[in-house]
Amino acid sequence: MSIENKEFRPKIVAFCCNWCSYAGADLAGSSRLAYPADVKIIRVPCSCRVNPMFILRAFQKGADGVIICGCHPGDCHYSTGNYYARRRMTLLFSMLDYIGIENGRTRVEWVSAAEGVKFSTTMNEFVEKIHSLGENVRLEDLRCKN
Amino acid sequence: MQRIGVFVCHCGSNIAATVDVKKVVEMAALEPGVVHAEDYQYMCSEAGQAKIAEAIHEKKLTGIVVCSCSPRMHEATFRKAAERAGINPYMVEIANIREHCSWIHKDMEEATKKAVILARAAIAKVNLNTPLQAGESLVTKRALVIGGGIAGIQTALDIADAGYEVDIVEKTPSIGGRMSQLDKTFPTLDCSACILTPKMVDAAAHEKITIYTYSEVDKVTGFVGDFTVDIRKKARSVDATKCTGCGVCQEKCPSKKSLSEFNRGLNTRSAIYTPFAQAIPNVPVIDRDACLKFKTGKCGLCEKVCQAGAIDYTQQDEIVTQKYGAIVVATGFDTIKLDKYDEYAYNQSKDVITSLELERIMNAAGPTKGHLERLSDGKAPKEMVFIQCVGSRCSDDRGKSYCSKICCMYTAKHAMLIRDKYPDVNVTVFYIDVRTPGKNFDEFYRRAVEEYGVNYIKGQVGKVAPLANGKLLVQASDLIDNKQIKKEADMVVLATAIEPDPSVRKIATMLTASIDTNNFLTEAHPKLRPVESPTAGVFLSGVCQGPKDIPETVAQAGAAAVKAIGLLAKDKLMTNPCTAKADELLCNGCSTCANVCPYGAITYEVKLINDHGIREERRVATVNNALCQGCGACTVACPSGAMDLQGFSNRQILAEVDAICR
Amino acid sequence: MQELINRAKELLANGTVARVLGWKKGDLSYNCEPAFFETAEDMENFVYDGFCGANLSKYMIEASKLEGKTLVCLKPCDSYSFVQLMKEHRVDREKAYIIGVACRGKLDIEKIKAQGIKGIESVEGAAWEDANDVLTVKTFYGDKTCNWSDAMLERCHVCKGKEHVIFDEQIGESRETKDADRFDRVAEIEAMSPEEKFAFFRSELSKCIRCNACRNVCPACSCRKCVFDSTKFDSAQKANTDSFEEKMFHIIRAFHVAGRCTDCGECSRVCPQGIPLHLFNRKFIKDINEFYGEYQAGADIDEKAPLTNFTFDDVEPGIVAERG
Repeated sequence: MSIENKEFRPKIVAFCCNWCSYAGADLAGSSRLAYPADVKIIRVPCSCRVNPMFILRAFQKGADGVIICGCHPGDCHYSTGNYYARRRMTLLFSMLDYIGIENGRTRVEWVSAAEGVKFSTTMNEFVEKIHSLGENVRLEDLRCKN
Repeated sequence: MQRIGVFVCHCGSNIAATVDVKKVVEMAALEPGVVHAEDYQYMCSEAGQAKIAEAIHEKKLTGIVVCSCSPRMHEATFRKAAERAGINPYMVEIANIREHCSWIHKDMEEATKKAVILARAAIAKVNLNTPLQAGESLVTKRALVIGGGIAGIQTALDIADAGYEVDIVEKTPSIGGRMSQLDKTFPTLDCSACILTPKMVDAAAHEKITIYTYSEVDKVTGFVGDFTVDIRKKARSVDATKCTGCGVCQEKCPSKKSLSEFNRGLNTRSAIYTPFAQAIPNVPVIDRDACLKFKTGKCGLCEKVCQAGAIDYTQQDEIVTQKYGAIVVATGFDTIKLDKYDEYAYNQSKDVITSLELERIMNAAGPTKGHLERLSDGKAPKEMVFIQCVGSRCSDDRGKSYCSKICCMYTAKHAMLIRDKYPDVNVTVFYIDVRTPGKNFDEFYRRAVEEYGVNYIKGQVGKVAPLANGKLLVQASDLIDNKQIKKEADMVVLATAIEPDPSVRKIATMLTASIDTNNFLTEAHPKLRPVESPTAGVFLSGVCQGPKDIPETVAQAGAAAVKAIGLLAKDKLMTNPCTAKADELLCNGCSTCANVCPYGAITYEVKLINDHGIREERRVATVNNALCQGCGACTVACPSGAMDLQGFSNRQILAEVDAICR
Repeated sequence: MQELINRAKELLANGTVARVLGWKKGDLSYNCEPAFFETAEDMENFVYDGFCGANLSKYMIEASKLEGKTLVCLKPCDSYSFVQLMKEHRVDREKAYIIGVACRGKLDIEKIKAQGIKGIESVEGAAWEDANDVLTVKTFYGDKTCNWSDAMLERCHVCKGKEHVIFDEQIGESRETKDADRFDRVAEIEAMSPEEKFAFFRSELSKCIRCNACRNVCPACSCRKCVFDSTKFDSAQKANTDSFEEKMFHIIRAFHVAGRCTDCGECSRVCPQGIPLHLFNRKFIKDINEFYGEYQAGADIDEKAPLTNFTFDDVEPGIVAERG
């Protein structure tokens, strides 16, 4: 098989808040709702813990997509965390779009602990989107690519 | 450098069937810091935990990675195991290779690859873990119960009987809730008031219980074991300490046109009123929107007739601030609004009523003194139609997707009671399914059909139309005989879906307790922790968590009480050590972090700082570990990176990112 | 200018202030630089003309630690930066005696050079007293002329106004210089295709030499230690061997000052490579205004900053994709 034909397997980082989305991912698991193995979850206490630095670093190290999942607005375990996250991510995504990074590479989705189905469909959709965008070449640090 | 041990669990075949655990062990062993790696059938078993302890001792491990099920399942187990074996419990990290891997992937190679990456991320994190010490916080030995219905009353009684102080906050003028509005209860047909009022009296008389009626929770701060709650005692305009409950004021009150909330608006009440005769406390309130004294300044009749001098028009809302260790939510339910169900003619005809309205009509203290009669003309009905699942099990957005659970049984009860008392009334029930799981429930339903001759038709009602002759035309389909039915009825009763009381949304937000799309409070685990909210120290009692009948509500109320007692019985709680921490050398003192902290945990002080030889006074942030809950909002708000979260530090998370993207 | 100098000397003499923070001539007459003056004699070097673009508010962080008050000269736009620093507890109002100095628009020597004028020795007509709209540029090749407005810094064309938001006293009369909308260029870039945007920023940012001039001059970038110099993020300043480091630095820098940046334009003014860095900050300001309502950092000390605030029905991040 030639290199050109090598199947593109995206690297996708999902930041999930501990209280809702991580539990939603657990529910997707216990309900056996499949989504591609390309998605790797990092547990954070709250979506407001996700620093733009983490997202840029993921891209720098070769991630093709980064998704942040948190409790639905109004349901944050810490009451207000996701509201701050929502503003931060809106501005960050807008900035990435502004400098020419395809805006489908980043996404925020609110997934509750009860929404295993939503977690799985979201991840399936997101992976599909990243497939359609192809490899991330605009933000990666070539030195980090292997 | 850490000395890390990696333990890969087979979870029987749950993991091992899709993940090559040997391969994970082999790959993990190559990671920096890893000095030990092994796999085992069930890591969470005693034998599995013993293996961890043994490796800790033999290999002098400083950090542990367990590749197993979700940390939400066994993180605590493995932390305890590590602690028993002598290392800090926060040196343990879990790679979730079951829920996030083996259970969702089918291809072994792919799942194994992912498991290896998840293990690497956990190892990379542990490499940067530092021992953390849980702090202690004191438990206030007092519970708050929000809602004074049967759920709240039962919870309060159980907690109080265990010896702890309990406060009940009820928003209406009396405790009793929905159950006080019911006439009879299924499946034994006891009179609802007869079994409820003794409990109300017990609660009121209990030396450990304080009841705040006509009161609402205004503000909640704090955390498990140490909540501070502001209770707003709405101005009653009646001094409860003086009122004797003689009732003369209500008799004399000239403003009698307000719809009675207790009787579901089917009749009226005076502006100064107690909702019902057995109300507790038996102290009226003045409805200031209806009272002539408040509206026009004239009247003041109640003040004149009150022998006790209890009327006080100048009373103001009062805020009571109290500390609690545990909070139980028991906010109950209401029936849904029927605005979107025009086809049932609820708003067009007085003879189309909800089941809860029928309860009031059947009740001797109700608007018709217990006589079954049409509200339009007072005539006794001959044909009654009950329509099931109005707004329940609904696929569109007019109603609720869930089953309201109680309707099948109370409809059977209504049908039976009517047939018993008025044998000449024909009763027809249109249903989708009859659901009767519960002790003696199906027997009860069958008696309605077999002994009382209630006519059950499986089919949906398409339309109820008021006719010129005052009757109601019910158009329905009979799904078993597969035919259309047109039936004239004198009264139609709608088994209206129940929904959480609207007040619950605000309360959930104050408590930071999560709520589902239907506004039911979410339990910490749907099977294993059904009466606990995911928010520590908050418990769920009754219908606020999901539809329930009375026996289930009482059972759950007791369970919630036990959980609350379990908490109150402790003197101290261990606090979460994963809190924010400010690096004083990096802190600008700019207050940005404090501006996003939901707990007010960050304060500033001017300190003498020695920054690499430069000694100067600086304004720096300090985190109160007892207040900080570890959300991390401050860490991102901080531009200099001075604020970091222990257990989820910037470097730890970046290490995970790097490991995943490697 | 003499009025300002006289007043400063008076305040020094009567002990109201211990020093004056202003500008002095640099090695070239059009290179004015910030300076502290402690005596009346020092004040001989004081200058305030069209080339005194430097925003002095950031110097008040250190000046706030000194004994006695510092007289600080703030142009209208600088006063916003000062209020923002007060809001962040970085400067001490009690340690500052603020003279709100008038501004007629500040000049950019690069703009003059860009008109093909070479060998510049000095520029006449830039002094405060000169109300000229035309500058006379003395060069090795004789005198050239140039319109004041054509030589103005970009930021002055989009001036936020003649009013000082904070001052103890004001001297002089400012001039309206605004003749453009500050978001025009941002909107132009927003309208580009992703490929064009990427190419534009890559070409601009590839010039970055990570000299940190933008960071050092920025009144909002006032961290004691920048995250890019600390070990907390494994992001300590790295060699600029790839394009990502620059993107990361400038995106994060803009993000860290989002909602705090007053749009003073110092970053672009000092960039030795001429990178229009303000385009990052303006993008955030434009988005904040559109998404969360108009907000001007430094205008109101009590107003909640957009990133430490929220409403229940804020737009979702998905708006970025929807907007296309």
